[in-house]
Amino acid sequence: MRTMTTTVMTGNEAAATAAKLARVQVVAAYPITPQSPVVETISAWVESGELPAEFVAVESEHSALSVCIGASTVGARAFTATSANGLAYMTEQVWWAAGARLPIVMCIANRAMAAPWNVLNDQQDSMSVRDAGWVQLYCRDNSEILDTTVQAFRIAEECDLPVMVCYDGFLLSHTMMPVDVPDAATVDAFLPPRPAPLQVVDPADPRNVGPVVMAAPRADADGEPHGGYFEIRADHQRALLAAAEAVERANADWAAATGRDWGGLTWDYRLDDADIVLVAAGSLATQLTVAADELRDARIAAGVLGIRCYRPFPADEIAARLAGRALAIVFDKAMSYGYEGPIAGDIKTALFGREEAPRVHGVVCGLGGRDVPVSELVDAVRRAMATPTAGAPAAPSAAIDAASTEWLGLAEKSVS
Amino acid sequence: MTRITDLPDTGHVLPGNRACAGCPLGIALRRITAALDGRMVLVNPASCLTVLGGMYPISSLAIPWVNCAFPSTAATASGIAAGLRATGRADEMTVVAMAGDGGTADIGIQALSGAAERNEDFIYICYDNEAYMNTGTQRSGSTPHGARTTTTWSGKRENPKDVLAIVEAHDVGYVASASAVFPEDLHDKIVAANGRAGLRYVHMNLPCPSGWGFDPKDSVRYGRLAVDAGLVALYEVADGVFRLTGRSAALAKSGLKASVAEYMAGQSRFRGVSEETIAEVQEWVDDRWSGLVARHEAGV
Repeated sequence: MRTMTTTVMTGNEAAATAAKLARVQVVAAYPITPQSPVVETISAWVESGELPAEFVAVESEHSALSVCIGASTVGARAFTATSANGLAYMTEQVWWAAGARLPIVMCIANRAMAAPWNVLNDQQDSMSVRDAGWVQLYCRDNSEILDTTVQAFRIAEECDLPVMVCYDGFLLSHTMMPVDVPDAATVDAFLPPRPAPLQVVDPADPRNVGPVVMAAPRADADGEPHGGYFEIRADHQRALLAAAEAVERANADWAAATGRDWGGLTWDYRLDDADIVLVAAGSLATQLTVAADELRDARIAAGVLGIRCYRPFPADEIAARLAGRALAIVFDKAMSYGYEGPIAGDIKTALFGREEAPRVHGVVCGLGGRDVPVSELVDAVRRAMATPTAGAPAAPSAAIDAASTEWLGLAEKSVS
Repeated sequence: MTRITDLPDTGHVLPGNRACAGCPLGIALRRITAALDGRMVLVNPASCLTVLGGMYPISSLAIPWVNCAFPSTAATASGIAAGLRATGRADEMTVVAMAGDGGTADIGIQALSGAAERNEDFIYICYDNEAYMNTGTQRSGSTPHGARTTTTWSGKRENPKDVLAIVEAHDVGYVASASAVFPEDLHDKIVAANGRAGLRYVHMNLPCPSGWGFDPKDSVRYGRLAVDAGLVALYEVADGVFRLTGRSAALAKSGLKASVAEYMAGQSRFRGVSEETIAEVQEWVDDRWSGLVARHEAGV
């Protein structure tokens, strides 16, 4: 009989629990706040024998992902976790894992990038590697972290792509919440053992995995043509776009097995009749649901569109959900410095040339763990509503200036 | 020692590759692949070896080969070893990491140190051609004093890093120095390394015609001169037991060491090197050599 146990745990414990339920075979780890408890927990399970896996305590994040790359290349299910500068330090390997099409799962306890030092939450770390070719999923609470991390392995192995499961540092990583923990049988039925990898590493069938590739197609020894770097990259893009369906299917199958539906690519709250749509990823979107409630109490038709899958970017789904609304206010916990918030920019791109597209107003907030009270979110919405030019295509697109993106709660005197 | 007539030829190095004319990496690869009978996976970062391997979809070696990022050789090899254990395939092949001197002494040393400290289960071979040859002969931590490179136009002012000593200081079970042009000695060391577990490190000198500036037909000559002059000492430290091997052991006995000046002459990288520098290098080599002979005599 399948059972579900409700346990109170942190987001980091939820991530570790998911890795255990997924029967990971190789875990590489390097400490960084606020991720460290994930690998501390897993190391204790490996030492006690509760989790039969290889635990490699490496000397850097670069090596953590390198170990996962090596292990995944020979067919093992590999897992690691990191944050902020740790993710930045492994960036070379973030690209390598994706380009090599390795189904590694990595949890990111989102944290601000230095300098200056700051260990608290924003989403600048994972947003900075959005272009590397990984699937990126953002979680809103600890139950979703557990469920999404299990789903991530299936998505990764179906698509031969690495998956990043992102959750807000401290706000989720260190906050205790009730989490429904499925039993092993439920997870085993959902997640079969890893299928044979794309890469062949076998003395009986020797191959050169990941050698130099020319830009143009080239014939093999038998005269058979093979794609060049350009074709390989196009394949990667096709696989990543196709991963959207795998994300939706994993969510649907998980919902059927456990009763928990997190939305596939996006989720929404009081959206049906909303004129004003508040958009964000992660726990910030949960906060937006509270803001929407307050706005609704004040007879403002506000709703929330939460982004669960940021890469591949569900442009069509987002455009469809925003069609016909008056205003979309996008709250980013990251910046593309010199331009605007990454989600805001992506949504504008998604809406370009579409019928009935709303105005899109960008708000950046919460950087370096700056508190984002619901009252400030509500005020930001009210300000945008009172400003007819807020998010209007004619106003800010001609010249991006400091006023195009609102910095929520910024002190008047901004001196350093 | 295995005699040259008894060295196996297993055919894992295919005819033809993209290495430079005269590059002895092919000699070394034939010995390494044959000593392991092809039951290996080669882990290789960006380096001359990558070039030798050829371009997709053609490979010059009939062995499993996993390319990896420049700083990541020892970590990727750690992951492959862990992955093979986790999937029950550890007995199918020996993990052999093989990087150049830049990939080992410089950008790869952090991952190598980590893997050595953890005593990961693979053989790491540094093939040392004493500069970043693949990118056009820039100085590395392993470039000798006096050598001109494209980033030391008037000759490098520092002595090379002793990576063997660094790895040995991690207290791993087996470290050895070798040379690509002493194939019998290299064969024996790969066999010895393969006969034990944990991290095994082999530092292999590799003369480079284009980077050192000599005629491609002279690779073996300069490789032998490096050993004869004591710049490269062939030795191994197995479970704490030190011994000079092959030519270096014979040299310790005969005392007939060639001079640094003789070694440098004819290599364009040392063209114009001052008498003072030659004397400094000679003194450095003599000191080092007498230390190694003393270890050889003491056996530790």
